[in-house]
Amino acid sequence: MRLKKNIALSETGFVFDPNTGDSFSLNRIGLEIVEKLRHDKTDQEILNELLENYEIDKASLDKYYFDFVSTLQYYQLIDDTTGHREFL
Amino acid sequence: MEKLPFERPVINKLSAGMPGKFGMKTHISPVTHIDQVGVKELTGQYGSPLFVLSEKSLRQNFSEAKRAFETRYPKVQFAWSYKTNYLNAVCSVFHQEGAWAEVVSGFEYDKAIALGVEGKHIIFNGPDKSRDDLKKAVNNNSLIHIDHFDEMYTLTELAGESENKPKVAIRVNMDTGVYPVWDRFGFNYENGEAWDALNRIMMAGKLELVGLHAHIGTYMLSASAYGIAASKLAELAAQLEKKFGHVAGYIDVGGGFASKNTLKGAYYSGSDTAPGFDEYAEAIAAALVNSRIKPANMPLLILETGRALVDDAGYLLGTVIANKRLSDGRRATIIDAGVNILFTSFWYDHQVNPGQPVSEHTEETTIFGPLCMNIDVIKEAAVMPVLKKGDRVVISRVGAYNLTQWMQFITLRPKVVMIDPEGNVHLIRDSETLETLTSLEKLPGHLKQFRL
Ligand SMILES: Cc1ncc(COP(=O)(O)O)c(C=O)c1O
Repeated sequence: MRLKKNIALSETGFVFDPNTGDSFSLNRIGLEIVEKLRHDKTDQEILNELLENYEIDKASLDKYYFDFVSTLQYYQLIDDTTGHREFL
Repeated sequence: MEKLPFERPVINKLSAGMPGKFGMKTHISPVTHIDQVGVKELTGQYGSPLFVLSEKSLRQNFSEAKRAFETRYPKVQFAWSYKTNYLNAVCSVFHQEGAWAEVVSGFEYDKAIALGVEGKHIIFNGPDKSRDDLKKAVNNNSLIHIDHFDEMYTLTELAGESENKPKVAIRVNMDTGVYPVWDRFGFNYENGEAWDALNRIMMAGKLELVGLHAHIGTYMLSASAYGIAASKLAELAAQLEKKFGHVAGYIDVGGGFASKNTLKGAYYSGSDTAPGFDEYAEAIAAALVNSRIKPANMPLLILETGRALVDDAGYLLGTVIANKRLSDGRRATIIDAGVNILFTSFWYDHQVNPGQPVSEHTEETTIFGPLCMNIDVIKEAAVMPVLKKGDRVVISRVGAYNLTQWMQFITLRPKVVMIDPEGNVHLIRDSETLETLTSLEKLPGHLKQFRL
């Protein structure tokens, strides 16, 4: 799973997609995940890191994470060729 | 290392320019306390969902309304509209404040009597008063507001059977410039029917005509409509003076003042558009004072205000059951309170706030109730901070009509508590149990057994 290459991301969680002209805002954890995705981390790596740092159980985290990622897909911010469909 | 608190990750699309159906982004502040009592403690002790009424707000609203009218008109009397909220605790607060009872059915009439309201302080409205209801009301010297000629004839008959001369007013419907005109109730002003009814009452001499009544609608955003209604009733009173030398003791302009709720589809919020008590009072008092009624005969002004006194004293607390994403990508938040207990969600765009501290980040969502039905939408377009399962929400301004029109459906109706002015919480209606409902059922003998 990979973020589309030319997506602009600010430190405050502002996202701009030059492909569509759409802009978005992320909350802090959303931003953290998107940054990790941009660094080509795998879902497992990201989930492990979050689990370590946040007060949350694994089942809930999985649920929220994949829900979030499918929202990214819905907004077409994910490179569709990277084969992440197994999560949908 | 201490772990950080988790918030669900979210991404929201930003739209430039015109506000969408979710409106402009506003900061949604949490409602963590109601009259200093914690929302968490309330649901912890009494369960969720839970209706909460603030006695302090009830009394404040009442004294505001009373002050608005009493500073403009010499003789004012409120009568609490039972149908708006007839929980005994609520009625008693208003009775303690001096309000009479305004009822529209035999059931409500009996409820007021059982609560200790004297018959002479009960106004009996409505199109469906049975002969027995009327008989009781005549014997108790209640104020009977006649809705149609059939009722007038029944009362005339009853007058012969009772020691008391029935005390009556007629309900008048009229054009006040607000449409549609509620012409189903009472006698029409413009076509002369109301004047005709008054003449018949005066000529027959069997009934004691004590007042004139109108209720021009509910959630009326126009204060001037009340000015017109009061003028027309005053004109009838002036004609009675002139033709019969009869003084109608009171003019009752009914209820219908808007609360601060926002109607669905309205662009501006109700707290910006609804007139205050002062504006309604100004319009009504001016109309009476400027009427042709002789100064010595100025009638008592009766108000049957319901919604505007109780709506913002009521809260519904609920809990998030789940978050979902609908097939088109929209967010959905499912809470444990459905439209069956929040009837007013069909016409109000209720204010919903989180019940605990939240982050700045918001998302657009639709809030659904737990019923297995498509219509179960509590709020179509909500901009909410990120909520997760188990979080509490507080729905505001739900005190009017919900606790009288709520339906039992697939689950049991919840508890209702009242917070007194000292901050003590009182259970004023218990939740239903399976037994509450099954005790009303009868199972025929041949259906008592089955084998699967
Ligand atoms: C006769 C009468 N009086 C008073 C009321 C109370 O109206 P509201 O709650 O709009 O003030 C109603 C409600 O419909 C009514 O029918």
